[in-house]
Amino acid sequence: MSLGLILIASSGLFSIGLLAALSRRHAIFMLIGIELMLAAANLNFVAFWRFGPPSPNPHGALFAIFSIAIAAAEAAVGLALVIAVYRHYRTTSVDRMTQLKG
Amino acid sequence: MNPWLLAQFLWIIPAIPLAASLVVLSLKSSRRKTAAAIAIGGQVAALILSIAVFVSTLGAREYRAFFNFTWFTAGYDHIQFGWLLDPLTAVMLVMVTLVSLCIFVFSVGYMADDEKFTRFFAYLSFFTAAMLGVVVANSLLLLFVCWELVGLASYLLIGFWIEKPSAAAAAKKAFITTRIGDLGFFLATTLAALLIFCGAMGKSGQFPLHVWLPDAMEGPTPVSALIHAATMVAAGVFLVARTYPLFAFGSVHGVTPSLTVVVWIGVITALMASLVAVAQVDIKRILAYSTVSQLGLMMVSLGVGGVAAGIVHLLAHAFFKALLFLGSGSVIHGCHGEQDIRKMGGLRTIMPVTFFTYAIGMMALSGVPLFFCGAWSKEAVLDATHHWPVSNLPWVLMIMGVLLTAFYMTRQMIYVFFGQPRSASAGAHESPSVMLIPLIVLAGCTVIFSVVLSPAWPWLESYLTGDHATLRWGDLLTSTVFVSLILVGAGIAAAAVIYRRFGGAIDPLQRAAPIVFRFLEERMWIDELYERTVVRFAKILAGLSDWLDRNVWDGFVRLFAAAGQLTGILTRGFDERGINAGVDEATTGARGLGWSVGRLHSGKVQGYLGVVAIGALALLLLLAWLA
Repeated sequence: MSLGLILIASSGLFSIGLLAALSRRHAIFMLIGIELMLAAANLNFVAFWRFGPPSPNPHGALFAIFSIAIAAAEAAVGLALVIAVYRHYRTTSVDRMTQLKG
Repeated sequence: MNPWLLAQFLWIIPAIPLAASLVVLSLKSSRRKTAAAIAIGGQVAALILSIAVFVSTLGAREYRAFFNFTWFTAGYDHIQFGWLLDPLTAVMLVMVTLVSLCIFVFSVGYMADDEKFTRFFAYLSFFTAAMLGVVVANSLLLLFVCWELVGLASYLLIGFWIEKPSAAAAAKKAFITTRIGDLGFFLATTLAALLIFCGAMGKSGQFPLHVWLPDAMEGPTPVSALIHAATMVAAGVFLVARTYPLFAFGSVHGVTPSLTVVVWIGVITALMASLVAVAQVDIKRILAYSTVSQLGLMMVSLGVGGVAAGIVHLLAHAFFKALLFLGSGSVIHGCHGEQDIRKMGGLRTIMPVTFFTYAIGMMALSGVPLFFCGAWSKEAVLDATHHWPVSNLPWVLMIMGVLLTAFYMTRQMIYVFFGQPRSASAGAHESPSVMLIPLIVLAGCTVIFSVVLSPAWPWLESYLTGDHATLRWGDLLTSTVFVSLILVGAGIAAAAVIYRRFGGAIDPLQRAAPIVFRFLEERMWIDELYERTVVRFAKILAGLSDWLDRNVWDGFVRLFAAAGQLTGILTRGFDERGINAGVDEATTGARGLGWSVGRLHSGKVQGYLGVVAIGALALLLLLAWLA
């Protein structure tokens, strides 16, 4: 177990999340991609905390916990937005949602 | 009054008829009375001023007052215009205005039926203005300007009845023939005197430029009276008198080459015209040739040195010739437009006033002494001719001229006024008083003039030459008086005898010598000669000029036009294909560019996110590369 390995894993996870956000048409799938990217960032934090200088402070883990909480809140907001937009556009395909005015 | 003071305001006298002419021109042709009133009023004003000028200069001795002003300066040259007041000017002013006034009044009746009545008076006023301008001009340049205006007025008036082709042709003939003379006038700087005389020849109808004058009779009779008897044709004689120092330069006993030329041309003219007049049958043409003959006589007088005599004869001639023309106009009017004397006769009882005044004019012209002014002036002319050192021939030929004058005038009188009434006289009537009064006035002037001009008291001659005048009764009966009495008597008697039993059929002269009569009747075929030579030559030249103008000069013009067109075509091509296409390409490119860039704003979130990702990646690589 080394830092490099975990970083590779987290960058891989980030790329997958980015790919999902960029290439899926369904709005909720875009949200999933964004969650994945957040998870990758969290993993980075924990990895650098675990393999960094020994310290009694759990700053890495703490940051990850805050990040998860915020991610949850943001996911809720995101879902609410998707539902509101769906009510207007009657579709979840982000290809169709091109006009702000509608 | 000081002549110098008067000279300043001399321009007013020609200006008044000119103003009248302009006003009349602007009137409608229905306002005849107004037009006639304005024209006649202008003449009356000019006459009063002329008489005032003349009277006020009687006291002064040997004056020659002038008033010059600088018209414009070109470098050191000052071009001056001005008016001249000397005895010659004063008498000419009175003569021109007085005779013109009578003719204006006469025209009221004569032209009453003409629809262009107002325009006639405008032209008449313009003519008098120009003639007075000739009289008062101080410089040859101003004189020449007014000279040309007189020629223009003559052209307009001769061709007044423009619907008659003969009138239009005669007007052209007059203008062009006098123009030939005017060309000479203008070249006066080189052959000064002779070429001035050339102009005088054209204007005064001397041989060989006399041909326009008889044809000018096509114009209305008042025009003939004014222009071609009294005033305009006198301008040539006036010009020679005015420039006399130029002619007499370097004279030996009063003889110079220029003056000799003047004398011989005058002699030929006088004799030739009198001969032709014997065989004419148009009442006005007889008078026209008589005018040509008398003008020749005046030129002879000036040439031999009798300048005062010649001018006195000019003044007298103006009055009685105008009287004769107006009288003939009255006859024509009374005979309803007939001008052939063979169709008239016996008008003595039908038109008594006309007959009486015409008789006075005829006796003045023939030279019946004592009561008729033409006699005295003719005496003086013959006297001067007699004393010419070069030759006696002019004197002899002028005596023959006097004889012929008496002869043809008596012939005309018998044809028109005596004998049985023929076709035109049948329905004839006397003219209205508006036409008769000027006749009476002129007849009166003729008689009064004879008193003024009698050699017993050479008042007018002294006035013109500046000498003293003494009353000498003895001069009334000199040898020349007797000689001329005999001549005039012989002429009148000969005509009376030849025509005493004239019935109006064939002229006795024609029966006696038909070939000679034909030669004279056809005016010695001079017009035909000119037609074949000069006119034909002019036509050839005109044709050549026309060809040149049409093909060569027009060719150049067309060339320039084509060049301009070519430039236009090239510019248009460049504009359409070059500039327009360029602009089109630019706009298409701009639109394409705009569309390409616009695609970035698709509204799709995933697109924006993609760009952000790529940008972040680029930054990352940049950081890695820099570190």
